[in-house]
Amino acid sequence: MSPANAPSPQIVPTSNLPIDPPLQVGGHALASRLIVGTGRYETMEEMRDSIDHSGATCVTVAVRREKLYSPSGQNILDFLDLDRYTLLPNTAGCYNATDAIRAAKLGREILRTLGNPGADWVKLEVLGDCKTLLPDPVETLAACRELVADGFSVLCYTSDDPVIAKRLKDLGAASVMPAGSPIGSGQGLLNQNNLRIILEYLKQDDPDYPVIIDAGVGTASDVSQAFELGADGVLLNTAIAHARDPVLMGSAMKHAAIAGRQAYLAGRIPKRLYGTASSPVEGVISTRPYGAASRSAK
Amino acid sequence: MITVTINGNRVELQQPMTIRELLETTHVPPNYLAVEINADVVPRENHVVQMVNDGDCVEVVTLVGGG
Repeated sequence: MSPANAPSPQIVPTSNLPIDPPLQVGGHALASRLIVGTGRYETMEEMRDSIDHSGATCVTVAVRREKLYSPSGQNILDFLDLDRYTLLPNTAGCYNATDAIRAAKLGREILRTLGNPGADWVKLEVLGDCKTLLPDPVETLAACRELVADGFSVLCYTSDDPVIAKRLKDLGAASVMPAGSPIGSGQGLLNQNNLRIILEYLKQDDPDYPVIIDAGVGTASDVSQAFELGADGVLLNTAIAHARDPVLMGSAMKHAAIAGRQAYLAGRIPKRLYGTASSPVEGVISTRPYGAASRSAK
Repeated sequence: MITVTINGNRVELQQPMTIRELLETTHVPPNYLAVEINADVVPRENHVVQMVNDGDCVEVVTLVGGG
């Protein structure tokens, strides 16, 4: 048989992978565990295509004053398929609880009139410092309390402080979203120990409580790392939007999220100080330099 | 003539008008917008009746890219 006529090899799966349930946050079930922002892109078309390749089904948007008399202005809503994406309005740029609550209500009103399911939730972000963009914990707690009382599902951006994270959950936040590192910094997950503690505390007796790592992602491995730690989701923006090739980075983030999540579900091996051989010890043709000590290898 | 503040800018209007009438002077689809008068959101259903009066502080917002 000539190579041209040879049957093409087929990979036959031997078992089905377990199905990962969607990320459940408030009343929303998200097929992708990646939530991506829509800001800082060069063009609306680049934003649309990058998000498409990221596989995200939920995207964040900001509420801003309309430039009312600029007929040439594009609107982001013309570039987002509202049947495909659940919009998550944020309160970004607000530095006190009062303004954040106003922004949340305005976002809700737009999404309500658009008929988008995102009308009932908000990404709460109350900043405390212009330079670091670190959250103001006092104002964040106050805003969270009021928005929950007003019926919002609050996804709450916070620092990696486990105590504040716990308080936000106790206030009724639908998800606590600790930062990996400052917004837009690309520094990745700076304090993995704190993130581990947050995951442990918030999921104690409540394993399905969603914890989403929000902010600081620099590249794909940061996303994988977040999922490997046990995060339920990752929210990022700049790492895609400011990559040299945002569309390709969108795709990289998608695969990183899948890889990290599957690795978490599969269960990583424990780290060991010494090596353990993958190939059998029995039948090896070589001799060992240091005697019996290494024979325990398997 | 009345004076109102719209998105931080003082604007003179010939007379009091409804929010809907105000929005009709713009080029933006109305369902892309939300409106606050004096820090209270005005639901879209009320745009046809809610008047913008002298001295009001009006915010007209939309959605933009954000993280």
